[in-house]
Amino acid sequence: MSEVVKFGRPKGFFETFERRPGSIKKNMSYCPGCGHGVLHKLIAEAIADFGIQDKTTLISPVGCSVFAYFYFDCFGLQVPHGRSAAAATGLTRANPESIVIGYQGDGDLAAIGFNAFIQAANRGENYCVFFVNNAIYGMTGGQMAPTSLLGQKTTTSPYGRNALTEGYPLKVCEMVSQLEAPVYVERVALTSPANILKARKAVRKAIKISMEKKGFAFVEVLSGCPVNLKLKPADMDKFIEENMTKYFPLGVFKDVADEREPVKRATPVYDRAKVEETLYRAMPGGNEAHESLESPLFDRELRVKIGGFGGQGVLSLGLILAAMGKYRNLNVSWLPSYGPEMRGGTANCAVILNKGAIGSPIVDSNCDLLVVLNRPSLDKYLPELGENGVLMYDSSTIKDAPKVKPGQKAIAISAGDIAEEFGNLKCANAVMLGAIGAVLTKYYLTPADAAKFQETAEAAIAECFAGKDKIVAMNAEACKLGYTKMQNAQS
Amino acid sequence: MSQVVKKKFRCHPEPNECKGCGRCVNACPKKLLKLGSALNIMGVPYAEYVGDGCIGCGACFYTCPEPGAITVFEITGEE
Ligand code: SF4
Ligand code: SF4
Repeated sequence: MSEVVKFGRPKGFFETFERRPGSIKKNMSYCPGCGHGVLHKLIAEAIADFGIQDKTTLISPVGCSVFAYFYFDCFGLQVPHGRSAAAATGLTRANPESIVIGYQGDGDLAAIGFNAFIQAANRGENYCVFFVNNAIYGMTGGQMAPTSLLGQKTTTSPYGRNALTEGYPLKVCEMVSQLEAPVYVERVALTSPANILKARKAVRKAIKISMEKKGFAFVEVLSGCPVNLKLKPADMDKFIEENMTKYFPLGVFKDVADEREPVKRATPVYDRAKVEETLYRAMPGGNEAHESLESPLFDRELRVKIGGFGGQGVLSLGLILAAMGKYRNLNVSWLPSYGPEMRGGTANCAVILNKGAIGSPIVDSNCDLLVVLNRPSLDKYLPELGENGVLMYDSSTIKDAPKVKPGQKAIAISAGDIAEEFGNLKCANAVMLGAIGAVLTKYYLTPADAAKFQETAEAAIAECFAGKDKIVAMNAEACKLGYTKMQNAQS
Repeated sequence: MSQVVKKKFRCHPEPNECKGCGRCVNACPKKLLKLGSALNIMGVPYAEYVGDGCIGCGACFYTCPEPGAITVFEITGEE
C-alpha cells in the first residue's frame, strides 16, 4: 500500500522542539484544546507554503505564547510585555525586506501594549498582527482581560464583569478599522472546521499583504481557553460562537489591499560612516581632529553639579559645560532635574566629563565642582562635594561665606550683580562660566589648555543658543567679563 | 477507458502527541475518531481512528491544536 501525506505536521515548525525543557519535544506547551496551537499551525503552514521562513520574524509576546519562538522555524524575537508593535516597527523599518509577524494575546495587545499597538496600526507599519482574544488572562490563571465579556466571572471579576466598574469589552477590530492606515482587518474564530478554514484564509491573506509590503494587516482570532474558562472543547466552541461573537462579530471589517500600493519608506542606512555623519554633528576642525586635553585634571572622571532656581540658567550652564567637554573630545553626560514649574522652582543638573566611558550620569556624591546660584541649593548639595572639591557660589545671593571642609575650596563670584551691571541678569550663568574658566586656569589647566578656554566656551555657547546670534554674542561677552573679574579677584 | 476512482484516505492520530482534548472527535463529519481509554506518555486518553471511510477533509487536522498529532494520508495505490 502506498500513500502520501495530505495533512500533516506543518513544515513551518521545528521537527522537534529542542528548546522546550523536559522530555516532551514534539508538543507545544499549551493546555489541551487551546486555540494557540490551532493558530500556530495555520501560521506555520502558511510561512512554509509561501517559502518565506528565512526572511520571516515572528515576535512572541508575554502571555501563554511567550515561547512561540521555541516552535516556529523562522526568526524569533521575544519582547517585553506589550512591546511587540515597537519591536516590529524597528524591524520592518530597519529591514524592509523582512516579513514581520506580531503574535499577541488580549493582555499583551489590548491592555499593557495597546498604545504601542494602535500607534503602529495608525502609522501603517508594514507587518501583520495576529491577536488572540480568548476573553481571559490565561498564563496568570484566569483574570479579567480587556476583552472579557460583560457578566463574565473571572478571578478578578468574581461577580461578573460590570460595565460601570470595569468598562465594556474592548472591540479592537472595530477600532483598528476606523483608522486610515490599516489595509486589512478581519475577525475570525477557531471553532468549527468551517470557521477554522476561514481563519486559515485570513492568516494567509494577512501574511500575503506583508509579503507585498502593503502595510498593516490585522486578524483578531477568537480562541478557546478551555482550562481557564472551565469548559469542555465542545462547550468552549459554543461559548465562542454563542456568547463571544454576539459582542465580537466575525467578518471582514476593512479590506483595501487591492487598492493600496506597496508602502515605501526611507531606505535604511547600513553604512557606519553615513550613520555617524547623520547622528553626530561635525566638530570644529572635523570629527577626526581628536586632539585631547593635556591637563592632568582630565585624567580621571570629573563630576560637576549645578544648582539654583529654574530660570537662572542652571540647565543651560550645564549644557554649555558639557558641550565644551564634547568639543575637547571628552565623553560627556548632562542630566537635568527640575520640578514641574518652568520658572521659579528648584533646578539642578549633573555634568560628567570623562576621557573614558561614563558609567552613570548621576552625581550625588564625590562632586568635583559644585556651582550654586542660590542658598537652598548650597544647603542641599554641599554635602555632595568631594574631598578636594571646588565650590563656586554666587555671592550676590549667598552673602555669608559657606564653611567647607579642609581640602575643599569655596570661591565666591557675585555673578548676579556683575550680570546686572553688564546689562542682563540672565547672563549670570555666563559670568559664572567665565569665573569657572579663571579658576581652572589658575589651579588646574596647563597653559595650552587654558589658552583654549574662551574659544571652546564660545563654540559651546554658539551651539547651545544656535540661531540666536544676539544672545550668543551677549553670553560670550558675559563669559569674558566673568573670566576677567575672577582673574582680578584672584590676583 | 477512463474510470472515476474514488480517492481513499486514512487518518492517523499519533498516540504520544495527542493531549486528549477531544476536538477532533467533535470535528470529524464521519465520526471516525474517538478517545480511547488507554493512556499515553502524557497520561491522557488519546484519540483513535476507528473504522474506515475517511474522506480526507482535514477537519481533524486543522482543529487539532497539536502540531503533529494528526496526519491524514491519501492512499495512492494498493498492492
Ligand atoms: S480527515 Fe475528515 S473524515 Fe478523515 S478523520 Fe479527519 S475529520 Fe474525519
Ligand atoms: S484534537 Fe488533537 S490533541 Fe485533541 S484529541 Fe484530537 S488528536 Fe488529540
